[in-house]
Order: sequence, then C-alpha cells, then structure tokens
Amino acid sequence: MYDVVIIGAGITGTVLARDLSHCHLRVAVIEKENDIADGATMANSAIVHTGYDPEPGTLKAKLNVEGARLWPKMCEELGLHYKTVGAYIAACGKEEEDHLDVLAKRAQEREIPYRFLSRQEAKKEEPNLSDNVTKVLDFYTTAVIYPWEAACACMENAIENGADLFLNSECTGIEVLEQGYLVHTPQKDLLARTVVNAAGVYADHIAKMVQKDPGFVMRPRRGEYYVLDQDAQPVKHIIFPVPSAAKGKGVLAVPTVYGNTLIGPNSDYIDDPDDNGTSSDGLAYVRTNISKTLNSIPLNRSIRTFSGVRPASDHADFIIEEAEGLPGFINAASIESPGLASAPGISRYIIDELLSKRIEIVPDKEAKRTRKAPVVLSELSEEERNRMIKENPSYGRIICRCEQVSEGEIIDCIHRPCGAISVKGVKKRVRPGMGRCQGGFCEPLVLNILARELGISPLEVVLDSQKSVILESENRK
Amino acid sequence: MTEKELICVNCPMGCRLTVTMEGKEVLSVKGNTCPRGEAYARQECVQPMRILTSTVRINNGTHRVLPVITEKEIPLELMEQAMAEVREITVDAPVEVDTVILENIAGTGVNLIASRSMKHA
Amino acid sequence: MRHYQAVIIGGGSAGLSAAVTLKENGIEDIVVLEKDCEPGGILEQCIHNGFGLQTFKEQLSGPAYAERYVKMAEKLNVDIRLNTMVTELHPDKTVRYISSAEGDVTISADAIILAVGCYERARGAINIMGTRPAGIYTAGQAQRYLNIEGYMVGKKVFILGSGDIGLIMARRMTLEGAKVYGVAEIMPYSNGLPRNIRQCLEDFNIPLYLSHTVTRTFGKDRLEKIELMQVDEKMNPIPGTEQYFDVDTLLLSVGLIPENHLAEEAGIRMDPAIRGPKVDDSYMTETEGIFACGNGLHVHDLVDFVSLQAKRAAEGAARYLKEKKDRGTPLAVKPGENVSYMVPSCVHPEDANANVEFFFRVRKPMDKAVVEIRSGETLLRTMNRKKLMPSEMERVILTAKEIAALKEDVTISMREVTEE
Repeated sequence: MYDVVIIGAGITGTVLARDLSHCHLRVAVIEKENDIADGATMANSAIVHTGYDPEPGTLKAKLNVEGARLWPKMCEELGLHYKTVGAYIAACGKEEEDHLDVLAKRAQEREIPYRFLSRQEAKKEEPNLSDNVTKVLDFYTTAVIYPWEAACACMENAIENGADLFLNSECTGIEVLEQGYLVHTPQKDLLARTVVNAAGVYADHIAKMVQKDPGFVMRPRRGEYYVLDQDAQPVKHIIFPVPSAAKGKGVLAVPTVYGNTLIGPNSDYIDDPDDNGTSSDGLAYVRTNISKTLNSIPLNRSIRTFSGVRPASDHADFIIEEAEGLPGFINAASIESPGLASAPGISRYIIDELLSKRIEIVPDKEAKRTRKAPVVLSELSEEERNRMIKENPSYGRIICRCEQVSEGEIIDCIHRPCGAISVKGVKKRVRPGMGRCQGGFCEPLVLNILARELGISPLEVVLDSQKSVILESENRK
Repeated sequence: MTEKELICVNCPMGCRLTVTMEGKEVLSVKGNTCPRGEAYARQECVQPMRILTSTVRINNGTHRVLPVITEKEIPLELMEQAMAEVREITVDAPVEVDTVILENIAGTGVNLIASRSMKHA
Repeated sequence: MRHYQAVIIGGGSAGLSAAVTLKENGIEDIVVLEKDCEPGGILEQCIHNGFGLQTFKEQLSGPAYAERYVKMAEKLNVDIRLNTMVTELHPDKTVRYISSAEGDVTISADAIILAVGCYERARGAINIMGTRPAGIYTAGQAQRYLNIEGYMVGKKVFILGSGDIGLIMARRMTLEGAKVYGVAEIMPYSNGLPRNIRQCLEDFNIPLYLSHTVTRTFGKDRLEKIELMQVDEKMNPIPGTEQYFDVDTLLLSVGLIPENHLAEEAGIRMDPAIRGPKVDDSYMTETEGIFACGNGLHVHDLVDFVSLQAKRAAEGAARYLKEKKDRGTPLAVKPGENVSYMVPSCVHPEDANANVEFFFRVRKPMDKAVVEIRSGETLLRTMNRKKLMPSEMERVILTAKEIAALKEDVTISMREVTEE
C-alpha cells in the first residue's frame, strides 16, 4: 500500500514526489504519457515569478511567494539552471503607471524587492523598449529556469529515494475504500492511503471519478509562443506589459536559460486539451501585442513556434484542497500561472496543511536531497572536456551541432533514473533538436543511439508517446 | 499537327522545348540548347526514358544500404519491373563504385551499377 | 597551438572542392574539418542522378559525385578529419573543434574557408494547427532514413513545399511502394527545378497543388490525417476550400537556410538577403582572411555551382595567402529591380585580376526579362533572358576589363518585358 499516489507527473506532481520522498513514506506517481513533464510543464514561459501579481488573500499569492523563495535552494541541491534575469513591468501611460503602484505596494507587503526605473533608465538597459513605455517596475530577483529539467531532476531524486514512477498509466478509475483508495490503471491497481490529483488539464475528469460535483470545471487555455535563435537576443530582462485581470500577464519577451528568447503567449480557450498546434491568428496576436512594449523584435529569427495548454479552470485561484467527504483525496487543480513558480510552495502546502492531517509524516534523514549532476559538455572548461573525452570518447562525438550535445550526454540521459525512452525525452533532458535545425540533422542519430542503448530495433523507437513510431518499415530486408 | 511543350530533363538547365508532331511522328523540336535536347524530345514523345536510382541491401557495409544507378536510361514504363528486381538484391561489402550489381535490368540490356564505393564496416 | 596555412570547415561538396583547389594552387598545409563519419556531406544521401553535368559532363548520383572529389583529395593528400565538430570560430582565425580522437582542440590559420552547408526549415517554423504526432519530417530527414539508414518513414505520404528534395522524395517513395497523395506549394508557382516537376511528379501522376498549404494535422501518436486549403494572394487560407487526406506521413520541403552559427558568433558581417556572410569578388568575408562559399554562403540549386564557387573561393584564399596585398577600394554590386540578392556583393576595380561571376535569383517568375547592368546611372550592358523562376539561380559574368573600368557601384536588375 502506498502512503501517497500522485496522479500526474508534471511540475506539481514531481516536486511533491521529491518532497515526499524525503520522508518515511511510500510514494508512487502515475502518468498517462510515455514521459514525465509532457503537458503544461513542457510548454510555458519558464519564469519563477516573484509573486507580486496575484490578488491579495489568494492561494496564488501565498504559494507563489513561498515557491519563489524555495526554488533557488532546490535548484542548488539538484544542480539545475536558475538564472536571475529580472523582470521589467513596462507601463505605457498614466493609467498603467498607477497600476505599477498597486503592484509595488503588493510587493512591499510581500517583501519582494523592486525598484522603479524611468523610461531613460530602462531604455539604457533595454534599448529595444518601445517609446510607448513611460515607466518600468523592475522585479530584479525574478529568475528563469528550465521547467522540464526541474521536473526530471525532482522525479529522479524521488526515484533514488524509493518512489515509484509508472508511465503510460492513465488513471482509469478510483474506488473509495474504507481506509484509502484503489487507483486503477490499465496495467495495475494501486492501493493508496491518500491520493493527490495533479492531473493538469484532466484534473476535473479525475476528480469526477470520486466526486459527483468537484465544484470546478477545467477550461484549458492555449498559449502560443515564438522561440528565437540564440544569436538573436533582443532583451536581457523579461519584459512584461502591465498585467490586467482580463488578459492575464499579457505577451512577454523572456530570455531563457539557454539564450533563446520566448515571445508570447496569447490566450485562447480550446476544446481539445491535446491540441498543441499553432495558429496564424494566435501568432498574429503575439506579434501585434509584443510591439506594445518592444520595438524591432527579430521574429524572422524564430526557429520554432509552439503552444502550451494552461490547466486553467472556471476558478481564478488555485484549487488545492481535500475533496469534501473524502479524507486524504486531495485536488491540486487549476494550477495555471504562476503554477511553475509556486510548485515548491504548493508541494509544502499539500504536505503540511493537507496530507499531514491524514498520514504521519516523518522526515527521513537518510534520504538523498542531491543527485549526481549530469555532464554538460558545453558548460565545461577545455581542460575538463579533454579529461572527459579521454575517459569516455563518446563525449567527443558531437551529435547535435546546434546545441553541441555529445553522444556521451545522450547515453547518460537514457540510463539515469527516470531516463529518456523517446526522441522527445532525450530532447527534453539534454537538448539535441532544440536548436535552429530542430533535429533535422541529429534526429536520425539520436534514434540510432536510443535503439542501441535500449536494446530495441530502430523501428521501435518512438518520438514521444508509446505508439508514436518514427520509422514504418525496413526498406531492404 | 500538334504542338507539345516539354521541359528537357537531360540536365538541370531544364530547357523549354516545343515539339511539333504529326500523329506519332515528331516533325520538329525548338528551344533546345544542345543536340541532346532534340534527341530527348524525340524520345520523350515516343517512349520516355529515365535513369533509375535506388538502393540495395549490403551486408557488412558501413551503412545498411548501397546506392545504385542504371548505367543508362531505361523505359519509364519498366520502372516497376526494374524495382522488383532491385528489391531482391543483396551484395557484400566491400564494393567499388561503378561495379555492376545487376546485368540487363528488366531485360533492357542496361546494367545496374554501384553509385558509390562502400567499405567493410 | 597548431598553425595551418588554411583550415576548411566542412567536408561536403564545397569543402572538398576548396581543398583540392588550394592544393592545386600550392597551398600545402591545410586541414578539412568534417562533422560526419565520411566526407561528402549531404551528397551521400542524394542518391538520385543529375549531378556533375557542368563539372564532369556526366550524370552522376550524389555519392558518385562526392567520390570523385574525395579521390582527388586523397590523391593530393588532403588531411580530412572526420567525426570532427567545429564549436567555435574567432575573427583572429582560430578554430576550436571537438572529436573523440583528439578531444577539445584549438588551431589557428592564415586563412579559413567556411564550407558549412545549409539546414532545412523545420516544422516549428511554420504554422500548422492541430496535434504534433510522429510522422512529420523534413524531406531531407526522410531522405537520410531511406537512403542511408534503409528505412521507410511511412506509406501514405503528403508533401508540403515544392522544394527539390521534396520532389525527389515523392518519386523515391513512390518507387518504394508508398502512395504520395500530393505536393502542396503555397506560392502560385513551383519552387523546384522544372526537370524535377516532370520526372518526379508528372511521371507518377502525383498532383501539384499550387497556392495551397497544409493547415492542420490530426492524430495523437502517429499522423492520421492532414487538412489542405487553398490560399489567397496574401497566402491566407480560403475558408471552404478544405480537403482532407488520410496520410501517415507529412514531408516538409519548405526551404533551406545557410548554417551560419559559427560566422555569426565570430562577428562576421552577414547579408540578410542570403542569410550568409557578405563576400567580395574573392569570396572573402568582411573579416580578413575568412572566406565563405557553397550552401553555407547562399543556397544553390545545383551542386556543380557549389563546387565551382568553392573553387573560386579557394583561388581567392590562395591568392590572399601568397600576395596579402591591399586590393584597393571596393565597389558594391547590388541587386536591382526584381533581383532578390547578389553574390558576391562587391568587386575591386584596382585589382581586377579575373572575370567575376555573379549569382542571383529573381524575385518572381517572368516570361521574358532583360538583364541590365548599370554602373551608377550608366547602362553597361543588357542581355535577354527567358522563362525565369525564383527557384533557378541566374548568373552573369563581369569581365576583368569591365571591372577595371568601373568608377561607381554596380546594380544588376531584371527588367520584365511584357508582350503587348
């Protein structure tokens, strides 16, 4: 019997799994996809917001502030990218400037550092700022991370501490037992004392398995982005328009940890939560709106457009609570922005305020909090590289020209706990295919490495999901 | 008398040819920049001919397959038959470029040859 | 640090030709750095014929064409380092590379020739609604899987973009038993060579949908269906023109882009019209001693011209190494009316040592046009051209004598002639 079964291996589920794995608890994570971090965690703005934006008194406000404070330590423990770039909230005109004061006041109350910049001061730092911009509120501690790297590392850490991960295990039903729950998946049934529903866009679907009326309905909203080439770096800080209740955080420019710039997102309600294509209307919206705060964004240097689906609901706030009349069944739903920034806060809240009322939670002093950091060749000195290549020549065979990823790094990411089993899984973990050629050259090479390392035929290698085969047949027997 | 517009495929220049025909007989060819253009047009209107390129399975080569090419053009209508023959072939590495892989493909009198050398893996 | 007379980055058609030319011009101390496990570059997967007519007066396959150059290079003892990836290029002409055999190495040279090739525009760069399942490839990827690895990517195929690789793959996959339902081209004219339209599509009754594009993909795991729509003059899909095809494979042949990461990082000045470095009549970039040629400079449609251009670049480099002289003030050679770019982009009248060939493309298809070469306001020369397509590269030559006489910048335009 598991103490906790977490449904969904996104950032919420994996951070929670890690925290729980540091206690004397049996933990399982079930994920319907063929890899972790395949939903909203894979496609978002990658920002650790400091927490100035959410309305006072909300869970969003509380957990965002707390989560943002917990991220640096977690990144340090797990060896994750955490780059403090700062966030400019760019006001255009008096009305928006007034709203900056509201945000500054919130920030002050929440002990979030900030400063105001005049247009001239801001333009000195960010020459591409539009002339419409009259004043800037700078949240200079705002950071960017690499969300799926974080999810993979958390899951890996949890697995090393004994947690179980079941991929391709869609929750098909939940039985309420006298002392817990029986969670059905196509492969097996898991007996659980408590269940955390962190199923993202499908959270209402899961809740309905045990609740007649969960009290919320998911309303997924798609956001589309441009990704600019690393050579085109139009901004040094994250540039936000002034947020509004109606339009959310608006269209931003985000300098990511790897030097690509994200431009987006729009916000469109969609019927099919799996529709992660892009639309000309959506991208046109992004283009039009980015020009409000920034000039000369080189969108012709876009190497990719993508869309992410926010697990939004008909509630404005996060829904993190025990389901009524169901002891130990916890919904963690509607975790849209600032869900990523809040993730460590959400995890602590679920453990301290909700799970601790149902199960005994005793920290495990033996549990590992760190992991062996992966080799990232492009970040090593010449001397270190030469030592690595001498020890293991596969680090000297560069597979991905754009991101300079070696065969050795790909092999490593396949054999780690929670390792890659698909082309996209490799891309998520060590980045081949993230660059300008988008895998045009390296995908066939990655496919062959996966086949060899997993001991399968190239015909069995998948792009992402279990049935997403890349090759159809041997051309010559 | 009929006029037919063709694009010469002899080389990538792609000259635009105008062929005047009387029934199945070619009366004149215009627009060609070399004699091969005229020959092409005359042939194309009667029986189109094409080079076939493909691959054959190779054992112990540096790759799984070896690219092959017909030495000369063969009738377009025989492509399928030729491909059926190509699919059955297996060769062993090493192979030198221009080695005959299959003689008289599809009964055309044309040989299929290796279009690169491939070493033993 | 090991120092060379010249370092060539890339061992494909441009790099091999440049290496051979350098050796022939007495530049002995050179090295070619190639990322792949064999020389030849992308030619190795281009197993179709049509290569070498200009160079060898023969119709060769891509691998056979490459092998000719590899053999020439071997004969001249060219040092080709395989499995070697260049990671950095600096304006001081140092080059950093990585290989399993040598590790992380930095070398320097008196001259560097960039022969880095190009990459395909990928699916992320175009807007298609719907899911993102397996079964969507660039045409070149599918070509590699089929012609080198020996695997078919699918059996029911649609192709977006009428670029040459897509057309070649339409034929190749048809001959391998796949059904190719059609090729969609968003422009009102084809982007491939006419010979490929004829031999790859018409021979096999594969429809070409001009002014059409793929607007949506369906399928969760593997592609199951695509939506095709007609587009208006502004390339916006026209509602009501939806057609659906049940296919498991979508190939993208939507353009090639010179690979210029290294050049950009080295701060070499780029020409946005070609997305490659700006070069002069000796193929030297604006960074002294660094030369560029081939598809890494601008995308060609014929390999023969890649080899030829690389030869010119290597001749330029050899001359630079031997003479190192001041070539005087350059004059710009600019694309004029209906011309989208011009390579090279300047000449040196005070050092007009040879005829210079200019490569360019027209902006739109034209039945008849007059090439007009102007120096300042003065019309130097005109030539008549017929049946011009953006997909076909145009060339004009300025003689050494003409160049020597130049006093003002040159503009080359294509004036369309419309018949009354």
